[in-house]
Amino acid sequence: MTQVSMTVNGQAVSGDVEGRTLLSSFLREHLSLTGTHVGCDTAQCGACVVHVNGEAVKSCNMLALEADGADVGTIEGQAAEDGTLNVIQQAFQDHHGLQCGFCTPGMVMSAAALLKENPRPTEGEVRKYLEGNLCRCTGYHNIVKAIMAASGQDVSNIAAE
Amino acid sequence: MYNFEFEKPSTIADAVAALGGEDAQALGGGQTLIPTLKQRLAAPSALVSLGGIPEMQGVCVEDDGAVSVGGATSHAVVAREAAGAYPALAALAGQIGDPAVRNRGTIGGSVANNDPAACYPAAVLGSGGTIVTNARQIAADDFFEGMFTTTLDEGEIITSVRFPVPQAASYQKFLQPASRFALVGAYVARFADGVRVAITGASEDGVFRWSEAEAALGKEFRPDALMDLRINPMNMIGDLHGSKEYRAHLVSVMTKRAVEACM
Repeated sequence: MTQVSMTVNGQAVSGDVEGRTLLSSFLREHLSLTGTHVGCDTAQCGACVVHVNGEAVKSCNMLALEADGADVGTIEGQAAEDGTLNVIQQAFQDHHGLQCGFCTPGMVMSAAALLKENPRPTEGEVRKYLEGNLCRCTGYHNIVKAIMAASGQDVSNIAAE
Repeated sequence: MYNFEFEKPSTIADAVAALGGEDAQALGGGQTLIPTLKQRLAAPSALVSLGGIPEMQGVCVEDDGAVSVGGATSHAVVAREAAGAYPALAALAGQIGDPAVRNRGTIGGSVANNDPAACYPAAVLGSGGTIVTNARQIAADDFFEGMFTTTLDEGEIITSVRFPVPQAASYQKFLQPASRFALVGAYVARFADGVRVAITGASEDGVFRWSEAEAALGKEFRPDALMDLRINPMNMIGDLHGSKEYRAHLVSVMTKRAVEACM
């Protein structure tokens, strides 16, 4: 076992892990931050997306020890401390951007990464950016709508059908 | 996944030393290797991460105009930082996988793995690039030896990849939407002294140069120059996503599109 230390949602954390321990396992099993979901475990579905040093990564495809010293952000760090949803989360609620909700943590984290680098994306850019996030309910239209709304754009004509 | 020791050296020399251990394996971004380990298709005793070596990071333009990409540079960084110096290379990097994969996957990992459907080998071979390792420099024409096979020795590390910058170049990828790899990808690069065409995704032998197309385009650089050329389907990959004949056809179509995009 090796000690790993990182900052998760602003808190310094550490734990003893094996070489093979995935970042997703460290978050879920060592830190009990089970908001990060593991869907496919093959890096296809994106349910496990977290931010490492500000960049979206698939945490089931990264070793915990690779994140030693990193600044990690998860879905648990998105809302304010009093539980107030952030603008992306609120938009997902307002626009029915989730059905079963399993993909939602990854969708929200990918959306946050997108809006950081491109604050007013087009609908096409949103869809393109979400290529690595799968929704098995196929609820993409409202997810895209929610992200467009979170970016402050008029969504009355977005993904209307 | 079987367990392994994990090391993250900060110099190339330390990485080479760590890879001298029995069954030690280099780890780039892990976007292929970690899924492989999960399936227990490999069982290294130690993984040596190359992600902590500053001199293997980033994109720079050398004195002769060539673009040099550090072996541990992520696809996302190449997509951003090579956009000015070598736009076709940056565009290729920006089409690999998806955004989260591009933030982790590295050029060195992709080139060393030489997946027959990976994008980077087409850019390296199509540009006539040079693979720089801790031990030597290898011309792209000598580097790729077939599906998942390269001339790299055990424990040899790709420290950088150098790309001569063509007058015009384009990579056209026919996406396999589930894997996000290329069903077929064509990289066309036009230099003052000739044209190079590299094809990925299509052949049982991995990335290859389409020499007939190079000769035809060298005489006349326009899509119609390829009109009478056909690829023999015999050595093409045939699977549930596309037959050998389909892939052979796509090679022509994607190469023509790449030529058009260069004009």
